[in-house]
Amino acid sequence: MSFELPKLPYANDALAPHISENTINFHYGKHHKTYVDKLNGLVKGTEFENADLETIIKKADGGVFNNGAQVWNHTFYFEALSPKAKAKPEGKLLEAVEKTFGSFDQFIEDFSNAGATLFGSGWVWLVKNSDGALEIMQGANAENPIKDGYTPILTMDVWEHAYYLDTQNARPKYIENFFKVLDWRIIENRF
Amino acid sequence: MSFKLPDLPYDFGALEPHIDAKTMEIHHDKHHGGYTTKLNAAVETENISSSNIEEILANVSKYSTDVRNNGGGYYNHNLFWEILNPNGGGNPTGDLGKAIESTFGSYEKFKDEFSKAAASRFGSGWAWLVNENGKLKIGSTANQDSPLMDISDFKGKPIIGLDVWEHAYYLKYQNRRPEYIEAFFNIINWEKANELFKA
Ligand SMILES: [Fe+2]
Ligand SMILES: [Fe+2]
Repeated sequence: MSFELPKLPYANDALAPHISENTINFHYGKHHKTYVDKLNGLVKGTEFENADLETIIKKADGGVFNNGAQVWNHTFYFEALSPKAKAKPEGKLLEAVEKTFGSFDQFIEDFSNAGATLFGSGWVWLVKNSDGALEIMQGANAENPIKDGYTPILTMDVWEHAYYLDTQNARPKYIENFFKVLDWRIIENRF
Repeated sequence: MSFKLPDLPYDFGALEPHIDAKTMEIHHDKHHGGYTTKLNAAVETENISSSNIEEILANVSKYSTDVRNNGGGYYNHNLFWEILNPNGGGNPTGDLGKAIESTFGSYEKFKDEFSKAAASRFGSGWAWLVNENGKLKIGSTANQDSPLMDISDFKGKPIIGLDVWEHAYYLKYQNRRPEYIEAFFNIINWEKANELFKA
C-alpha cells in the first residue's frame, strides 16, 4: 500500500484571484505531490510502510516525519478552502471562538498575527486541547499539533511557497486572501 | 547609530539569467530592508551599545529572538550580495582554491557536498562554507541563524553563504531548489571569498 495525493475538491483556478491558479499548480501539483512521493520512497522497508499518517506524525522523526506531516498538513489545508466559502462560523464553533478569543474578529486578528510573526517556514493552527478549549499554535516547518495530543481543526500554510507567486514578501496580504477562501462550514464539521 | 542597508554592488538585473531582477529587487529592498529596520528597532529597544554586527551575533544568546532573527538576516544578506558577482563562477583560485582541494579532494567534490547541504536544509535557512580555526567546513543553519552566533551548532567564519529561503528563488525556480543551487555556482565571487578566507 502506498500514500496517494488526494484530489483537490475544486479546480486549480477556482480560488483565484485570492489564491492564483499558478500557485495551486505548484503548491498542490508539485510541493504536495513531492511530499507524497518522497514519503513513499522513505517508508519502503521500514516500520512505517503500512502505517497511517497520524501514526507517522506521532512516532516518526527525520525525513519520514517531515514528509508524512507535510502530506497531512497540506491535505488538511487544501480541503478547508473553497470558492464558495462560508465566511463566518456559527453555532457551537462560534460560541467556542467567542469564549476563547472574545469575538470572531479578535480571533481573526490573533490568528493573522500568529501567521505574520511566525519566523521562517511553518503553519499556524487552531486546535482543540484536551479540555476541549480552542488554542492558536505556531509550528515550524512540518510540525503538527497531533504529535502533542492536540486536535487540529484549522491550519494555514505560511511557507513562502504558499504565497510568493501571488503576494511575494507581503505575507499579511496572503493571510487576508486566505480568509476569503477558508470555508467555515468545513471547520464547523471538524469541530 | 544605526545599521544601514547596503546598496547592492551591481544592478538588480546583473545576475541574470541565474537570479532574475525582480527577485533581486524584492530580496534586497523588502527582505533585507525589513531585517535592517527591525534590527535597528530591536537594538534601540534593548539598548545594545555595540555597532559591530559580528560582535552582536557572537553574543546573541544575551539578546532577544528579534535580534537573533533580524541581526542574522542583516548580516547574512550583507555577505550574500558580496559573494555574488555577474563575472563570478568558475573554479576557486588562490589560497582558497588550494584549501578547497586539500579539504574536499576537488572542486567538484566541494560542489557536491555544498549542494547537498543546501538541498537538504528543510524549511528556510542557509548553506555555508566556513573557516573554523583554519579548517574549511560545509554545513547549514535554520532560518537566519549564522555560524557567527554563539547559539549556533554549526560555527565558523563565513566564507560563502547561500540563501535557501524560498524567497531567494521562488519567482524563477518555484519548487526546483536544486536548479537554483546549480545556478549559484555560476555567480560565486571567488575573489571576495578568497579575501574572507585570508582575513
Ligand atoms: Fe505548503
Ligand atoms: Fe533572503
